[in-house]
Amino acid sequence: MPIPKGVERISDTIWEIPSSFKENMKVPARIFATEKIMLDMDQGVFEQVTNVATLPGIINHVYCMPDAHQGYGFPIGGVAAMDAGTGVISPGGIGFDINCGMRLVLTNLTFDDVKPHLKELVDLLFQRVPAGVGSKGFLKISKEQFREVIAKGARWCVNEGYGWREDLERTEENGCIEGADPSKVSERAIDRGYNQIGTLGSGNHYLEIQVAKPEHIFDQGLAHAFGITIPNQVVIMFHCGSRGFGHQVATDYLQIFLRVMEKKYGIKILDRELACAPFNSPEGQDYFAAMKGGINMSYANRQVILHRIREVFERVFNQSAEKLGMNMVYDVAHNTAKLERYDINGRTRELIVHRKGATRALGPGMEGLPEIYKGTGQPVIIGGSMETGSYLLAGVESGIQSFFSTAHGSGRTMSRTKARKMFEGRRLLKEMEERGIYVRTSSLSGLAEEAGPAYKDIDDVIEATGKAGLSKKVVRFVPIGNIKG
Amino acid sequence: MPYVFLEDMATADIAFEAKGKNLEELFIAAAQATTNVMVRDLRQIKAKERREILIEDDEIDMLLFNFLQEIIFYKDAEQLIFSRYDVKIRKEGPHFKLKAEFYGERLDMMKHDLIVDVKAVTLHQFEVKKTDAGWEAIVILDI
Repeated sequence: MPIPKGVERISDTIWEIPSSFKENMKVPARIFATEKIMLDMDQGVFEQVTNVATLPGIINHVYCMPDAHQGYGFPIGGVAAMDAGTGVISPGGIGFDINCGMRLVLTNLTFDDVKPHLKELVDLLFQRVPAGVGSKGFLKISKEQFREVIAKGARWCVNEGYGWREDLERTEENGCIEGADPSKVSERAIDRGYNQIGTLGSGNHYLEIQVAKPEHIFDQGLAHAFGITIPNQVVIMFHCGSRGFGHQVATDYLQIFLRVMEKKYGIKILDRELACAPFNSPEGQDYFAAMKGGINMSYANRQVILHRIREVFERVFNQSAEKLGMNMVYDVAHNTAKLERYDINGRTRELIVHRKGATRALGPGMEGLPEIYKGTGQPVIIGGSMETGSYLLAGVESGIQSFFSTAHGSGRTMSRTKARKMFEGRRLLKEMEERGIYVRTSSLSGLAEEAGPAYKDIDDVIEATGKAGLSKKVVRFVPIGNIKG
Repeated sequence: MPYVFLEDMATADIAFEAKGKNLEELFIAAAQATTNVMVRDLRQIKAKERREILIEDDEIDMLLFNFLQEIIFYKDAEQLIFSRYDVKIRKEGPHFKLKAEFYGERLDMMKHDLIVDVKAVTLHQFEVKKTDAGWEAIVILDI
């Protein structure tokens, strides 16, 4: 498809849409992509990224990652930083699935160790980690306890015995973001979420057993520092978020913001999904505190899932998770807004950085990194399609150009409705098994929607993030077992 | 069917168009479409449980938005999925008042052919409009 008129190429991998492109754009938009990716870019992205550029208080540029595609309001793969004093916060810039993210877990097992047990492992994981429409978790907690989870995140789980202290150090925000306020969330959000801790959800959410082949180690030193040390080492990667709780928080505040945005604050927007409120307003602050509850719920969700995964491996291999070396590499989210400090034109300013389908990727030495990764930069976990592969990257200094953000996945190119017509779940399952990927799914039609060709080529996306200097390629993983939500 | 799923409108989400001769028919069609995103065959859902819904709004599109959210709410909060929707809408001054009864049963992976979870109703390109033939709506659901 043609690149729209007015889009200027300013380097091999940076494309700029000037603020003259559309009325009221306050800053230009920048898309990070190779020419190949740009030529196939979802046309909706150009419209949406320039809509975002009209929001009050936006700083520098709106950014779009190479895996971008059309979303609702903001594009998926969008990054927008607003001045905390004069700018807005928008649920559409975060996504309904607040703090949806990736967790990567090591083992000291190799492909040969796991191969004879693969089916047993995947079957048991499928049984122990609920997935699919309306699934309930095994944790039976009261609504009151759930409010504690919202306030304490993964810390609550570790205190209750679901995980190791070390897991918290290896989670963004140490698994608990400060300032989450359960009193700012609705009863409906609690009702939707309190029985869902420890569940994957569905759509593109999954849990995978993957292998790091020697030919897929791109930076030996960084791979070693991140714990990838054995040839054909087996790792576990999973992708999920804050479930119905987060979805409801976003839905609630979308409506609150629509009621006050224009009447009370005089803000006009181009798409109702861009509903926003001044960050520094009662509504904006309430949403920020409620959204942080979603962040914590999601860390807790992934923490409990990790606990279940460790239990399954312990049972199958008859060894403790400690002996099996099941340490976390990292947990990083790609649907958030966070307060961060940046030097803007010689002045330190506090910005509310929205990342929707974009991963934070801190460079070496930065504040917010755990001690073990101070020298390496932040591990960035990128999930590809279930048929192709996934990546572990590292944050780099030049990430400053996108407020230290990079891609979050392959990026879809085909609609679910179309994929469902083109692919057949049962056949796909069989073909994948023949290629050495054993899949269990809660839905064959859901599986068909996730077929590899429905996504961009993950290798192209990662190459683009590397060339653009957003992150550095460390390891590529290939899937051998998949639990599809 | 009074609804169709649209192939090219949303990439990672699901878009549909629903139609009805009157508002009630439109709302029922949109409810069925939303349920059909999650369950392949609505005939598999037995009418064992009943839930009553009351919603009001000044805007017809927000009335539909909130109505569809009830389906998502019950799916998560009570693992209920519905196959029959009885809907009555009346206008009182500037208000639309909706009263509905949902009939369905608990989700069961062994019994229902489940597809994907709906996270939310989005307002992206969301539209309810009157046509010569009745009413139409465009809805994009977040998956």
